[in-house]
Amino acid sequence: MLGYALRRLILAIPLLIGITFVSFLVIHLAPGEPVENQVGESSTQSDAKLRERLREIYGLDKPLHVQYWSWLTRLVRLDFGRSFSPDARPVLQKIGERLPITLLLNIIELAIIVALAIPIGVLSATRQYSTFDKITTIFVFVGFATPDFWLALMLMILFGVQLGWLPISGLRSPTWEYLAFWAQQWDFVTHLTLPILVATFGGLAGFSRYMRQSMLEVVRQDYIQSARAKGLSEKVVIGKHALRNALLPIVTVLGLSLPGLIGGSVIVESIFAIPGMGQLMVQAVFERDYPVIMGNLVIVATLTLVANLIADLTYSLVDPRIRVAARRGRR
Amino acid sequence: MLMTRGDLFRLSGLLLLLALAGCSGEADSSVEVAASQAPGKPAYGDTYIEALPANISGLIPNVLTDGPSFDVAGLIYSGLVKYDKDLNIRAALAESWQYSPDCLDLTFKLRQNVRWHDNQPFTAADVVFTYDTMVNPKTPTAYGSDFKAVESVRAVDPYTVRVRYKHASAKALQSWSIWMLPKHLLESYARDGKLREAPQNRSNPVGTGPYIFKEWKSGEKVVLAANPDYFEGRPYIARVVYRIIPSSATTFLELKAKGVDGARLTAMQFKRQTEYPAFRKAYNKYQYAANVFVYFGMNLRDARFADRRVRQAFAHAINKREIIEGVRLGLAREATGPYKPGTRQYNPNVHRYPYDLAKARALLADAGWTEKNADGVLVKNGVPFKFDLLVPQGSDEGRKVAEIIQASFKDLGVQVELRVIEWATLLKEYIKKRNFEAAMLAWGVTPDPDQYDIWHSSKQGPDELNRIGYANPEADEMLEKGRSTCIEADRKKYYDRLQEVLAEDEPIVFLYFRDGLPVVSSRVRGIVPAPIGIDYNFNEWYVPLNLHRYTSS
Repeated sequence: MLGYALRRLILAIPLLIGITFVSFLVIHLAPGEPVENQVGESSTQSDAKLRERLREIYGLDKPLHVQYWSWLTRLVRLDFGRSFSPDARPVLQKIGERLPITLLLNIIELAIIVALAIPIGVLSATRQYSTFDKITTIFVFVGFATPDFWLALMLMILFGVQLGWLPISGLRSPTWEYLAFWAQQWDFVTHLTLPILVATFGGLAGFSRYMRQSMLEVVRQDYIQSARAKGLSEKVVIGKHALRNALLPIVTVLGLSLPGLIGGSVIVESIFAIPGMGQLMVQAVFERDYPVIMGNLVIVATLTLVANLIADLTYSLVDPRIRVAARRGRR
Repeated sequence: MLMTRGDLFRLSGLLLLLALAGCSGEADSSVEVAASQAPGKPAYGDTYIEALPANISGLIPNVLTDGPSFDVAGLIYSGLVKYDKDLNIRAALAESWQYSPDCLDLTFKLRQNVRWHDNQPFTAADVVFTYDTMVNPKTPTAYGSDFKAVESVRAVDPYTVRVRYKHASAKALQSWSIWMLPKHLLESYARDGKLREAPQNRSNPVGTGPYIFKEWKSGEKVVLAANPDYFEGRPYIARVVYRIIPSSATTFLELKAKGVDGARLTAMQFKRQTEYPAFRKAYNKYQYAANVFVYFGMNLRDARFADRRVRQAFAHAINKREIIEGVRLGLAREATGPYKPGTRQYNPNVHRYPYDLAKARALLADAGWTEKNADGVLVKNGVPFKFDLLVPQGSDEGRKVAEIIQASFKDLGVQVELRVIEWATLLKEYIKKRNFEAAMLAWGVTPDPDQYDIWHSSKQGPDELNRIGYANPEADEMLEKGRSTCIEADRKKYYDRLQEVLAEDEPIVFLYFRDGLPVVSSRVRGIVPAPIGIDYNFNEWYVPLNLHRYTSS
């Protein structure tokens, strides 16, 4: 088991380097360059001089492979470099200040989605074609079809403008500094309510469908039949035997959504004016801020590989068949 | 906010300019003043919340180029001179200035008793330091060339600075509106060209302006507090919060819910969505010509467009009124040249091109475009008159204008194909390589009339701005003369003539100056709209005591 994990980890390193190399190439080959946005058009002479100066500062005057090599060797020392944006701040600092809010939102969102999607999926699977199933199916399709930004604007108009119950955007009220401690917390919660609601709505639809599908497959299996034949109560059959097996594919899906936790939703963040990872990345792409783009990419790629590994390991923990197969494969 | 550095520099392209639109104004601004603007007694206090469309990129504006950063920096820093409400240069940190008769020596007398926000005195040494920083080849600034004509800058005494020029330069004085930087804090960073890495670029910037920096939460907000010792008097509004809200739809809803006090509206919001009584009561809307004009540009290296009669025909075939009404809902002003109507340098007595299809046809016939093929397209020497019109992606306005032009030209027998292209690619692959036939673009204009870089025949290099390839000896002469004297009355003559030449030649079809459309909460008083816009006297804005919304501390 441990050997298997270790082997996978070692194999992941060349994979990671490959990913960064391809991404580095693609990003640098895209039209436009970082200096373009910072030059302005005040005077052509200064343009040319500033362009040269910035290229020199950013090392863009060197050949691509030299740039990649120096980036990679710095990365090994966990130095992600400085942003190409005029604030010239270390990439890790920039990511670090945006990450907490995105993580918080995504974790809350994921928790709500899982907590709701599993019971919804199970219920609509066990009561296939019932009224409940039909209603959730409609709900799911509406959820799929509703654009985030539209739903967000509608909720903002209803709760923010018409009823005045919730703030429309941002993270804190302008008077936040002057509020008492608990009022500050409450203020924060009210600001998060709408974004979480919007983000959950879309995700819930997909997840509950997965769950329903997985459950439907399991209840058709022979061992469920035999559990019923044994005279077990429906509660035990569904709740214990069926659910456990149906959760297996969900583990994979959950594992794969792990890297997504640090990538914010661009639409939700932009519309609710939340300074998270999504906004940082979009801005970085527009500005062709290579170090920030690459920094984020390395983190996401690493997390994806780790998540895959964890999902596989969890699999072998929960499913004895895989454990056996893995052992056989090694021999 | 205030007159920002962004106004002083020319920028190009619809997309870039959309964010900057609305910084400045016009003389006959038809400003709407609601009844609630009755003055109350000025009082200190309250917070003013303004929406910014994007995160700021830093806090030392001398090394930045984006609009939001200038908005914020405009309240923190000040220059030796600045533009007053009528776009005349007036004293700021300098008390007065004096030119030598040959325009080569410029002497500034500085205000005494001005202090930096950290309480250090502001002196001539800071001016010299700022100059040195701007011309240091290591400094990544876009404004260094403003000081190219300077031979030396010398501190005669702590409150006198003498600038010596190599040759007379009309823009010498205005270049000293550059934000002054504190020598005692930035010297070591500036020497190594590391101004961007200085902590003052991230937190605690120190200036001499009306507001003191308090906090910048990246992507969320910037908070400023009134500077009680501001050299033009303590500002009334105690606190300014810039909220960064990328979506204009969200900004609009925040206005409705009174989450922000000031923002810029789109034409649609201004005209159609804010006319109901509750909004009119809560906000005052302002309207003035912004510093941006939209034009239909042609590549004059193309033989068809090189013929002046063809360009004049196009000018007659475009119905500017219809475009302004249809695309901007009337919120724009017809352009007759590259200067804003109503400003000092604007010359109204130039050749105009009223909408007249018959005249357009006659002009085209003159130019040899007489036959039509089976599709109704004009043909000369067997080649049909058709071309691609490039439109920047994401510019809804540009696309609509292009469609109207396409339809009008079709009546004329000219076939136009629209091609929508991403902005960076459009600029790099087509405009800069001169690989285009026609394009929908915009220019930002400065308060100073010098437009040498756009029109002079020598400015046609790949990275240069005379992209259309315009060359006219008389225009060249006016541009050269206009920029090399420090006597305003002479300059006016040259630029008046330049406008006549441009109107005759019509090297591009000048379409319209877009209006800036800001709204401000009606509880804020003391706003006096002027040619420059509304923000120039922000330190004199106030909220009467009984209307304070945010009573803090």
